[in-house]
Amino acid sequence: MKKVELINVSKSYDKQVDVISNINVTIEPGEFFVLVGPSGCGKSTMLRMIAGLEDITGGTLKIGEQVANHLSPDKRDLSMVFQNYALYPHLTVQQNITFGLDVKRMKKDEQKRKAEEVAQLLGLTEYLGRKPRELSGGQRQRVALARAIVSETPICLMDEPLSNLDAKLRAHMRSEIRRIQRSLGITMIYVTHDQVEAMTMGDRIMILHEGKIQQIGKPIEIYNHPANPFVATFIGSPPMNLAEAELDELNSQLLIGNDLKLPLPEGDYSELSKRLLTVGVRPENLHPVTVETAAGSSFEVTVTNVEVLGNETIFSFQVGASEWMAKWTGQWHINIGDRLPIQMDFATLSIFDREDGQLLKKTIDQSHHVTQHEVGK
Amino acid sequence: MKTSLPAKIWMYFLLIVTSLLVFFPVLYAFMISFMTGPEIIQGRFIPRSLSLENYVKVFERLPLLGYLLNSFIVSISVMLGQLVVCSLAAYAFVFFKFKGRDFIFFLFISTMMIPWEATMIPNVFTMRKLDWFNTYQGLTLPFFALAFGTFLLRQHFLTIPKELHEASQIAGLSRFKFFWKVVLPISKTSLVTLGAYGFLTTWNMYLWPLLITTNQSVRTVQIGLKQLQSQEIATEWGVVMAGVIVVIIPTLLLLFIGQKQLQKGLSQGALK
Amino acid sequence: MNTAGSLWRRSINGRTALLYLLPSIILFSVFVFYPMFRTIYLSFFLTDQAGNAAINVGIENYQYLLGSSEFQNSMKATVLFVLYTVPIGVILALFFALLANEKLKGIGFFRTMYSSTMGVSVAASSVIWLFMFNPSIGMFNRLLHSIGLPQIQWLLDPEWALLSVSMSTIWMNIGFSFLILLGGLQNIDEHLYESARIDGAGYFYRLRRITLPMLSPTLFFIITISLINAFQTFGQIDILTKGGPSQSTNLIVYSIYREAFINYQFGTASAQAVILFVIILIVTILQFKLGERKVHYQ
Repeated sequence: MKKVELINVSKSYDKQVDVISNINVTIEPGEFFVLVGPSGCGKSTMLRMIAGLEDITGGTLKIGEQVANHLSPDKRDLSMVFQNYALYPHLTVQQNITFGLDVKRMKKDEQKRKAEEVAQLLGLTEYLGRKPRELSGGQRQRVALARAIVSETPICLMDEPLSNLDAKLRAHMRSEIRRIQRSLGITMIYVTHDQVEAMTMGDRIMILHEGKIQQIGKPIEIYNHPANPFVATFIGSPPMNLAEAELDELNSQLLIGNDLKLPLPEGDYSELSKRLLTVGVRPENLHPVTVETAAGSSFEVTVTNVEVLGNETIFSFQVGASEWMAKWTGQWHINIGDRLPIQMDFATLSIFDREDGQLLKKTIDQSHHVTQHEVGK
Repeated sequence: MKTSLPAKIWMYFLLIVTSLLVFFPVLYAFMISFMTGPEIIQGRFIPRSLSLENYVKVFERLPLLGYLLNSFIVSISVMLGQLVVCSLAAYAFVFFKFKGRDFIFFLFISTMMIPWEATMIPNVFTMRKLDWFNTYQGLTLPFFALAFGTFLLRQHFLTIPKELHEASQIAGLSRFKFFWKVVLPISKTSLVTLGAYGFLTTWNMYLWPLLITTNQSVRTVQIGLKQLQSQEIATEWGVVMAGVIVVIIPTLLLLFIGQKQLQKGLSQGALK
Repeated sequence: MNTAGSLWRRSINGRTALLYLLPSIILFSVFVFYPMFRTIYLSFFLTDQAGNAAINVGIENYQYLLGSSEFQNSMKATVLFVLYTVPIGVILALFFALLANEKLKGIGFFRTMYSSTMGVSVAASSVIWLFMFNPSIGMFNRLLHSIGLPQIQWLLDPEWALLSVSMSTIWMNIGFSFLILLGGLQNIDEHLYESARIDGAGYFYRLRRITLPMLSPTLFFIITISLINAFQTFGQIDILTKGGPSQSTNLIVYSIYREAFINYQFGTASAQAVILFVIILIVTILQFKLGERKVHYQ
């Protein structure tokens, strides 16, 4: 186990604009750390900089306690799994697995023992003699994984390792990778564009956008308290609904998208009233109106689209200039064009500064605890 | 695809007639190589007996065995030399990023526009200065670098995923070991194509050996054929043809075995 | 870290790459670039027997060549030779390649037969054809005799010699052109033909609308190579005619060879070599320019 520390790391090509800038993060020993962001956000570049495959043009990279900026990739004591697996086509599965050990001149029988051990762990035993082209996509992925594990390096980097697999296999491999990482205690840095992978696998995740850190934190923390509108819409499916809003302190209400008026609970809103606002609300926080619904916090909307998914129903409607979605559990008979009353609670809103995207008001904590009564529902 | 029967018969007819026409000169030479002088003058096509007399004679008249050996040494040296030099250059073009790469690449392309025959005069002088007349290095070394061969291998190297390179960097493989242990084994088919091509063209080379071999020490079979033909003119064609058959057998065999591979490899190298 | 040191470190890639390129660069410099410049240099001089530049004559060598009927003759023969060999050679090879691309039983055998001439060296082919052209016992005159036509002095008649050499050359080059064209044909996606068949297109329609357009890069390549090869012809001339009779087959490379290594006129030989270089340069550039516009790349 080793920690990885990035201090003010940046990357530019030909001294032009930085493609990555001001990266400050410490990845703790044994942590499963996920780098997530849309394609082109710089996450792969960052991983490759940690691996030593790209030069670091600014800042310091520390692996363990050692400055690693100019270490060659093989001196960094790490392993890497590539998106296309990078298996050597002319070598057998066993030779592929032991490739790195062979480079380090490990004894042959020792190599063989280790290969068999790791093949056992990943269910590859009967394929050890085959060439990569004789394997299925999932098996190749396992070989790539085996190659990383067998090196017994304290740090493992993975660059979208599951994106070439079909959905079912992907879900299975998610938990398998997580299981192996936990049992071996490796420090894992995992790159993906898939927010589901990030949410389900990461101890902590870092969201990158245009080469800048948007937010670092535990998945649930990020889901509940996105630092800015980008994170809010990137994490969660369907994404958080956003709309421009204004605070009307005189009437003690929030005007959302020039359309909905939400009464404000008691409190001090002087911070909010000075700025232009963007409000966000998760689709699951737009509820059907019930008997207890407080007067004034319900609205009538016109349904523009409906998807019934068996255990939940998602429908969309227009708020100001933006299209919003609501997610109700269960199956609802809703038709396009229906006028529907929905309710929204001020407490569940996230409010951002429209200019710099900063989070001004967090939503309340909504987690449930099995042993206790439901909190804040 | 299904072809109708009349079309098939028509196709086979064309195939048989034209391929026989193409192959006829070789077949004819083969037949003549077994004939005696009178048989040839009679104008027979099929020899009376498969007597190897002409073959025995041709090895007596000429140091043909020595020439064959020279041709083998020269062809195999050029083949290996080209494989080494071209694969090294192709590797640099594909797996290194460096300033001036485009310029050097352009230099390689430009060598394809300079015909060998336009440079042969100074090359002969160079050989004289180096005292490389009648030496193997004089026959082989000038042909080790080959732009076509470099491009052919480069095409193949370009298909190797860059992640393979990165994975071996992480495993701690040196640049040269990656070339040796990964790139070359993966590119076996292209190497075989280039090797066969190099062997074939060197075995058949005529002008250069003519210019720089002045005695029998390293003379190749092609020049031997010229010698044979000018000695034996009009008298013993059977012996001459026996020489021809001996000379073309290695390359024909190579071609028959590697025809499929050559055709695939060369057309890939030809078109980028 | 000072800048020079960091530049040195950063250029490590370039320096290692150069190491891999060095064998090629040295060989090209010694055996291609240096002699090319040396040839151009020599073409402005009169030389001694050892090939050293003796007297600078400016462009006199070129003026002499352009005025000499011998050289004009050689150029004319070269151009005619190219015209005789390239179009027919390519068309025949294309025809054979189309035939051999059909999926029939035993097609591999026919492919081997067609490509066989690639395995026969220029010297060996020339000797075989020399025999076939033999006026008294050669096959061609026997054939003419048997159908009652007058005999032809194939290689001895100035009217026929160039044609005879062209015939043998076409044969020699067919194997290579065939192999390349067959490779090109096999690279064409089978689905194109299937969809054309569904549309009910006949053989010649498919040939014109699918095969030839899709094959055009390969055709373009083989035409260029054939042109360049034709300009570089030497071996068959040396064995079949030695440039004769009355210089009717004195193609440019043979002319250079004779001028340099028989007459020891290295200056004028170099001037001819420069002209050969310029011709091939023009052919290549023209082909590129034309090809870029006309050729359909996949």
